[in-house]
Amino acid sequence: MSLLSFKGGIHPYDGKELSKNKAIIDAQAGKELVYPLSQHIGAPAKAIVAKGARVLCGQCIAEAGGFVSAPVYSSVSGTVKGIEKRRSVTGDMIDSIIIENDGEYEQADPITDKAYEDMSREEVIDVIKKAGIVGMGGAGFPTHVKLSPKDPDKIDTVIVNCAECEPYLTSDYRKMLEEPDKLIGGLQIEVGLFKNARGILAIEDNKPDCIRLLKEKTKGIANISVAVLKTKYPQGSERQLIYAVTKRAINSKMLPADAGCIVNNVDTVIAINNAVREGQPLIYRIVTVSGDAIKEPGNFKVRTGTDYNDLIEAAGGFKCTPQKIISGGPMMGFALFDTHVPVTKTSSAVLCMSEDEVAKWEPTACINCGRCVDVCPSRLIPSQLADHASHFNDEEFAALYGMECVECGSCSYVCPAKRQLAQMIKSMRRLQLAKRKK
Amino acid sequence: MSENITKNQTTPALPSVSPTPHVRDKSSTGKIMGCVLLGLLPATALGVYNFGPRALVIVISCMALCAFFEWGFEKICKKKNTIGDLSAVLTGLLLALNLPVNVPWYIPLIGSFFAIVVVKQLFGGLGQNFMNPALGARCFLVLSFSRYMTDFSYKSGWGSADVISSATPLADVKNGLGFNLTSMFLGNEAGTIGETSALAILIGGIFLLCMGVITWHLSFMYLLSLIVFVAVFGGRGFDVEYLAAHLFGGGLMLGAFFMATDYVTRPITKRGQIIYGIFLGILTGIFRIFGPGAEGVSYAIIIGNLIVPLIEKITVPRHFGYRKAAKE
Repeated sequence: MSLLSFKGGIHPYDGKELSKNKAIIDAQAGKELVYPLSQHIGAPAKAIVAKGARVLCGQCIAEAGGFVSAPVYSSVSGTVKGIEKRRSVTGDMIDSIIIENDGEYEQADPITDKAYEDMSREEVIDVIKKAGIVGMGGAGFPTHVKLSPKDPDKIDTVIVNCAECEPYLTSDYRKMLEEPDKLIGGLQIEVGLFKNARGILAIEDNKPDCIRLLKEKTKGIANISVAVLKTKYPQGSERQLIYAVTKRAINSKMLPADAGCIVNNVDTVIAINNAVREGQPLIYRIVTVSGDAIKEPGNFKVRTGTDYNDLIEAAGGFKCTPQKIISGGPMMGFALFDTHVPVTKTSSAVLCMSEDEVAKWEPTACINCGRCVDVCPSRLIPSQLADHASHFNDEEFAALYGMECVECGSCSYVCPAKRQLAQMIKSMRRLQLAKRKK
Repeated sequence: MSENITKNQTTPALPSVSPTPHVRDKSSTGKIMGCVLLGLLPATALGVYNFGPRALVIVISCMALCAFFEWGFEKICKKKNTIGDLSAVLTGLLLALNLPVNVPWYIPLIGSFFAIVVVKQLFGGLGQNFMNPALGARCFLVLSFSRYMTDFSYKSGWGSADVISSATPLADVKNGLGFNLTSMFLGNEAGTIGETSALAILIGGIFLLCMGVITWHLSFMYLLSLIVFVAVFGGRGFDVEYLAAHLFGGGLMLGAFFMATDYVTRPITKRGQIIYGIFLGILTGIFRIFGPGAEGVSYAIIIGNLIVPLIEKITVPRHFGYRKAAKE
């Protein structure tokens, strides 16, 4: 069988060997934990604890601020020190709850005591909503919203995004190897929500051990199977993944549900399992700490709210002065100028690089070589879009379908003139989206 | 807050920030241009071998002059020096390969000036020119100095003193005279320095294809459509030898693999390149068969360059997940 894939894409150096074989270990939480009220797409959560209050580990400290929103839980026990603006990974100052860790880790009651077998469809979704689960791959879209499409009967494919196509990231890989039962358990819960659905674990072929393990584990399960994807970036992009698995192509105006699909990331599916079967709210996540400036790269189970500095410390600290620190993968992550920021539900990695590859090159004139066209997974003409974007030509930008860009950055990666194509297109998209809102 | 900022400023090595992505491919403009230069090596070497030391002087002086004009213009205009991207040197080599070996000394000078300053830099430099600089200069020279530009007499090789005065094989083909396919393929014939050997150009072209610098779409469609056109309108029907003479003769091979494929002046999408290739083939056919001269590649590509924006307009690809906008 030929491998499932899409047209376009790139093959960057993947750097996964740095942390691939490091089993997940617990990272110690620091003295002070910071919980931004906005860790997801949608309305910010509303704080429900006051300064000075004592909170327990797994206690809700902020409730959802609307339907498209998610509550926030404390991942330690301790005292609320205040609610103030703190810097987040994107550089913005966001209202955050500050909790002083008392080191006791006194547990709060589970969010549900009902057994999964006794729950109705609505109750399952409600538990997922209550647990504060959001898309943990990076976007942070509230999962309960994803699981409530207009017409649930039309959903026929529930895909777990096990591609992990971003270079350096190995957290999903480790989870698949270490907690396959929880992953399959979570997927079964999801599939159980839709009566016509089958579950698919979509894995890139650079993880043969995961493919073997999960194929074996799912052998006896009728409606769950493993799909092998070609290793290529951005294979894990939602639209490209749906196409690779089902051959259905959707555009920016459509939702995965329009193609009968629901897509969730590995960590999210495990969080669903833990919430529904064990009553655990979302207070942990797995983070890869890697890069050539890190002493002991590895994968860590981290309490949300932990400071990035503590996480870097857990990985042995710096080997040399990092020139660039990235939260997330090198293709779509955020560059940090300050590591004093908290781990949130969507932090997948901290990468510390001894050299900044972007600063090494200076953008030069476009020679119209067309490499960006060849790799664009949305089949656009990035060089021309970037040109229109830099001149603020709204109409031309729209005529070349600029809004269809998935911001994967493949165009900037291949550009021999080292132009910041993705950046220009992205900025223009933001501008257009802001105009639409008006 | 302010305390925080001052603290950061005094930190010796603040990590750098930039928009995504944070990694880059190893390719560069200079490497691509270098590849094309390498691809032209067989044709250049054969040209020098066939036409003697004078050819070598022309090649070197064109390359040096183009680099000099690029440097000089950018110096005068206080622009960043871009000789390092090798595009000016490449233009120089292409120009030299398009000159007959007997041109007087000022032809490379004027040609280089026209290519770099008039066609390229006045329009904004690399990436902004709408016309292939080397071809623009060649056409300018052919129109202005026709006598020198169409004098294809040469001294064979390095030692001999005999001047061979002959028409190009393509002219012979046009005039219904005999032609020798083997020597047209190998290149020991009259013509410009770099165009005579189809074999040498093919080797370079295949090298570019293997390196991924060009794709088959444009070159292949160009050659194919010309053959079809000649077969239909050439008056000799499907005469394999006649068609092969058109294929190997004149500047077609050099044009199809090294001139029409110039990134800046060809359409960016594969579909656009196919249309462009077909268009070039038809134009070349018209010029060769119905025009007054034997040759037509340069003019076909120059005119093709002009319609590239139109081709681009009608070949905007449909995006991923395209739906007909019926619902809205």
